[in-house]
Amino acid sequence: MLEVKNLHVSVGGRKILDGLNLTVKDGEVAAIMGPNGTGKSTLSYVIAGREDYEVEEGEVLLDGVNILEMDATERANAGVFLAFQYPLEIPGVATMTFLKAALNAQARAKGQGELQTPEFMKKVREAAQKLGVAQDMLKRPLNVGFSGGEKKRMEILQMALLQPKIGILDETDSGLDIDALRIVADGVNALRAQDRSFLVITHYQRLLDYIKPDTVHVMARGKIARTGGPELALELEKSGYAAFTGEAA
Amino acid sequence: MNKPILQRARTEAETALIERFDQGDRRLVGATDLRAAAMQRFADAGLPNRRVEAWHYTDLRGAMRTAALARAPDTATLPLARQCLAKPLAQTNAHRFVIFNGAYNEELSSDGAPPAGVTVSSLASALAVGDADVLDVLKADTPGTGDAIVALNTALMQDGVVIRVAPGAKVERPLAILNLMTGGFAQAAFLRSILIVGAGASIMLDEATAVCMPDATQANEALTVVVGDGARVDYAAQVAEQGANSVALHSLFVTMGANAQFNGFCLVPTAGLVRRQIFARLEGEHSTISLGGLSLLRGKEHSDTTLVIDHAVPNCVSREFFRHILDHEATGVFQGKVVVRQHAQKTDGGMKSQALVLGEDASMNNKPELEIFADDVVCGHGATVGQLDKNQIFYLQARGLSRGEAESLLLEAFANEALDLVADEAVRARFAGQTDDWLAHRSGR
Repeated sequence: MLEVKNLHVSVGGRKILDGLNLTVKDGEVAAIMGPNGTGKSTLSYVIAGREDYEVEEGEVLLDGVNILEMDATERANAGVFLAFQYPLEIPGVATMTFLKAALNAQARAKGQGELQTPEFMKKVREAAQKLGVAQDMLKRPLNVGFSGGEKKRMEILQMALLQPKIGILDETDSGLDIDALRIVADGVNALRAQDRSFLVITHYQRLLDYIKPDTVHVMARGKIARTGGPELALELEKSGYAAFTGEAA
Repeated sequence: MNKPILQRARTEAETALIERFDQGDRRLVGATDLRAAAMQRFADAGLPNRRVEAWHYTDLRGAMRTAALARAPDTATLPLARQCLAKPLAQTNAHRFVIFNGAYNEELSSDGAPPAGVTVSSLASALAVGDADVLDVLKADTPGTGDAIVALNTALMQDGVVIRVAPGAKVERPLAILNLMTGGFAQAAFLRSILIVGAGASIMLDEATAVCMPDATQANEALTVVVGDGARVDYAAQVAEQGANSVALHSLFVTMGANAQFNGFCLVPTAGLVRRQIFARLEGEHSTISLGGLSLLRGKEHSDTTLVIDHAVPNCVSREFFRHILDHEATGVFQGKVVVRQHAQKTDGGMKSQALVLGEDASMNNKPELEIFADDVVCGHGATVGQLDKNQIFYLQARGLSRGEAESLLLEAFANEALDLVADEAVRARFAGQTDDWLAHRSGR
């Protein structure tokens, strides 16, 4: 279970998160919607452990442990996975090499032995096939020359291989066409499990047609402004965010 | 000869080098006039320092306060040399020519005749009989002749290997020139090797310098490669172990005929002070030269690559791609000058130098230059100096890699992109292995 308690975060003296509270139960898919610049991506980065943010107050608990004390590596190994809005290109590192390094790092952290190459290859091929990731993409340098859709699929592929406790999808739908959106959503849905939760960050209702959330939170001005069920997303689609930002629609 | 009006005071090292020559060393055989003229050039110029433009970033006079002595060849330290040869200095199947403590050593060299089409002699024996080809090469007025270190090499050259490849010979087995020094104390070596590749021939040459007991050694080596029309040379060099106070100077001269190809790469995974200078001249049309290098430096190591490519004829291609990784207080230098003469139309030149600076006190000096006198050419250069991308590190950490693992992966990737220039798979694997060792040392693996 992920609990964010009274989280205050600033960047370069500018307050971004202003006392945010949020709970995502085991097995729950929680959507966070909200206008641009309201701190949604900041929330995802702070949970994943990016260093540029100043956490002034609050806690982020994963199964009762405050992960704010950990660095990004430790959080990943504890089960936090961030699917990046803009996945990084890493020239010179073959995708397969990277995947193996990541899987082995997490296996070591869990006190498990490293995967044997044939076992690893099989695992990756199967996961790749499900997500429509071409074999030749796995040989190419990570994300280099990948289309927007390919990069997002690669993120979901990594999530499928790393099997996190909580998957944070930061605007995974941005830059995806309808077909890619469906493939990515199917990939996420296949990972839904009793002991795995998701935080799905998006601007639009569209993604939520494919990944059905249990709860929908509206974020505005650095905090959760309203929480409801899936119907809240539909409502927002009609009325916009004006009621939460205090601006006329 | 015009002498400078104001003679500056000579350093102890300069005086020692000049006196040693004047007193006459019986081991310096042949080419008497050439040596004398070269020593005069050196005496006039002295050791290069910051006031010499081509040496602005490498103050050799400051770094070389004393001149080490050349060691007399001996047999007592041969076992050490054999141990040294077990290191990955060249391809395992190479036919190797070993120069040990300044003299060509048959015992340490490969048994049997060299591959078909290849004839070999030592430089000392070629000079003793006044070999005309060798003297022609040494007398040739190529770019770099005016360099004080080249002059010093010509004056004091002890030995080396002269390799001739017959026209048309496709030599499959790689050749290797290995310069070994015993080390263990300050020791100098002045070596000159020559590779003359006949028209249409092809050859792979490895070259390495290694000191068995790394210490304050001073190596001044030169290699001249004459690439005949339609010939191809793949050259892979490395500076192997040497001490922190060592000086390794290397001058590579390449002259190319028409339709010829030269691919050169140098790995510098360790350095006291390393200066590698390359002087290449394209003298025949439709030739291609590609030069690359990777320097991995830590501590107070200093590695300088300075090159001049002279496009003397039209329709040639030149490519230079050098990368540095600089940790701690290390210093990297890249100076590249591409000269395109007035009639060298349709020249295609591209030069790139990239450095990753890891240490807060590490520094990189880049000086790319283009001198273009022709009006129908494509030439470009780029130089970048940067640090590891913290966003990339975060991305890798967010997948469970430790910070150290993330850095190693990114550094390996940076290095591999340079090593990709090495066409031969076995050489690339050898260099990749050494790169991996360097990274493992860095991350304490």
